[in-house]
Amino acid sequence: MIVVDNAAVVFGRSTPLETWALHKVDLTIPEGQFVTVIGSNGAGKSTLLNVLSGDAPLARGRVEMDGIDVTRWPTTRRAGLVARVFQDPMAGTCEGLSIEENLALAATRGTRRSLGRSVGRARRADFAERLRELGLGLETRLTDRMGLLSGGQRQAVSLLMATLAGMKILLLDEHVAALDPKTAEFVLGLTNRIVSENRLTTLMVTHSMRHALDCGDRTVMLHEGRVVFDVGGEERRGLDVPDLLRMFSRVRGEQLDNDSLLLA
Amino acid sequence: MSQVAFLGAIEVGLVYALVALGVFLSFRILSFPDLTVDGSFPLGAAVAATAIVAGWDPYLATALAMAAGAVAGMVTAFLNIRFRILHLLASILTMIALFSVNLRIMGRPNTALLQEETVLTPFLGGSLSAHEVKPLFLAAVVVLVAILVARFLASEMGLAMRATGANPRMARAQGIGTGLQVYAGMALSNALVGLAGALFAQTNGFADVTSGVGTIIIGLAAVILGETLMRGRSVLIMVAACIVGSIVYRIAVQFALEIDALGLRASDMNLVTALLVTVALVLPGLGNPVSALLRRNGR
Ligand SMILES: Nc1ncnc2c1ncn2[C@@H]1O[C@H](COP(=O)(O)OP(=O)(O)OP(=O)(O)O)[C@@H](O)[C@H]1O
Ligand SMILES: [Mg+2]
Repeated sequence: MIVVDNAAVVFGRSTPLETWALHKVDLTIPEGQFVTVIGSNGAGKSTLLNVLSGDAPLARGRVEMDGIDVTRWPTTRRAGLVARVFQDPMAGTCEGLSIEENLALAATRGTRRSLGRSVGRARRADFAERLRELGLGLETRLTDRMGLLSGGQRQAVSLLMATLAGMKILLLDEHVAALDPKTAEFVLGLTNRIVSENRLTTLMVTHSMRHALDCGDRTVMLHEGRVVFDVGGEERRGLDVPDLLRMFSRVRGEQLDNDSLLLA
Repeated sequence: MSQVAFLGAIEVGLVYALVALGVFLSFRILSFPDLTVDGSFPLGAAVAATAIVAGWDPYLATALAMAAGAVAGMVTAFLNIRFRILHLLASILTMIALFSVNLRIMGRPNTALLQEETVLTPFLGGSLSAHEVKPLFLAAVVVLVAILVARFLASEMGLAMRATGANPRMARAQGIGTGLQVYAGMALSNALVGLAGALFAQTNGFADVTSGVGTIIIGLAAVILGETLMRGRSVLIMVAACIVGSIVYRIAVQFALEIDALGLRASDMNLVTALLVTVALVLPGLGNPVSALLRRNGR
């Protein structure tokens, strides 16, 4: 369970460039819920995820996870609770390290690291097994440099990395945006499988209205640092992409054409 | 080249292999361009020499020199992390400060160790001459250190340090305290350089405050040369490359010095090294990661 209470984030405070990336966000996400997050560029979506991961300090408000106030916890300390996949395939992995070393880093996420070998025989066998399940043929390339993989392969591995250590919350920031449609569908399918298998509380940012409605069980739209609408349950099931766009313009009281959101 | 000159080159190459390992840890593993080494090398020499003259056991004195190097590295890390001073500048500040500190420690610009007991004493007086004992002893130390460093880098902790240098944001998302890693890495790096300084003083019989000038560039030359000669991603190969690079570099320098036609003097060493490193940085297609790192701004 995540509670975001009256959260505000400001960049460049008391400078001419002062930007309020989040104005006042209240959001309660029950355990195991899969929320999709939409909104135009600069709406504050990444900032919201950064607030949850601990990368963006709050100017005001608080964040609670599992009933614990984590507002002051740095990213490092939250790593035992939160796993994330970045929008940029390069950001979530170390390209200079091998696939198995990247996996080993993720497998020890949020735990005390020992002086024992990072990639021992048992771990290697486990990694190979999990990579085989991806169906990308990566199980034979454990010692290849991460930088050699394509963007889609890297995102798939990033997603797998997110699941290697215990956690409660999965943050996905446009994690299929850089992928071709076919790979995007594949990674999305994988996402759905992983989320339901592990019963993870998930936030997924996307610019695709289609993905926003097809995945998960609740959709939240941000605009200028505020939650402008929030639908779930029965109401959401009856929605289609045009409805979503109509709802958005109604809430904002302004007309937005289809493209500006889809391409945003 | 005479056998004595050859063994001498290997001896110095082995001492600087420890510097190369330190430079490898800061520049390559942590992506932290660190010039502290120009100060931590003579610091190691000064601490070891002063402690030995004061009657310390040479092995304890050497350990103390390593600890002093570690502290110097942590000061640079502190300036960088706590006050957000650019790494290069932070390390220059420490290096400059160390020049005064080293003079204070010794109380004078140099200290002679010729009559003193050193780490080598237990091995002298046997059938081997000092010229042979020194490189053998240093080789044993360097191999031991290299194995420990490689083993550390292959461990979970070492992997966390490598991730910190490669992608700090990702490292933090994996629960790695990147600040702590930089402190630890800089301490380890400069402890090795301090050890090099301590061994340099004991094998040469003196410690001198000016002996640190150009240490960083010699270390870099060794790392670059090693990476060019031995390519591979396994930590053992990367670590071995530093040692090979340092020794090959010294032998090459010795050869260059002995060619009369070149008319080089020992004092031209730093100029030659600087030229060599510059060429390595500028040469297109050489594409070695150190040059890429040096040309990139910060991290
Ligand atoms: N580090 C930063 N420094 C200054 N301003 C920032 C910073 N990060 C974000 N902002 C600003 O905060 C606002 C929200 O940015 P955010 O990245 O959360 O948007 P987003 O909804 O993720 O947009 P996109 O769809 O383009 O990824 C923007 O106005 C942005 O310019
Ligand atoms: Mg974003």
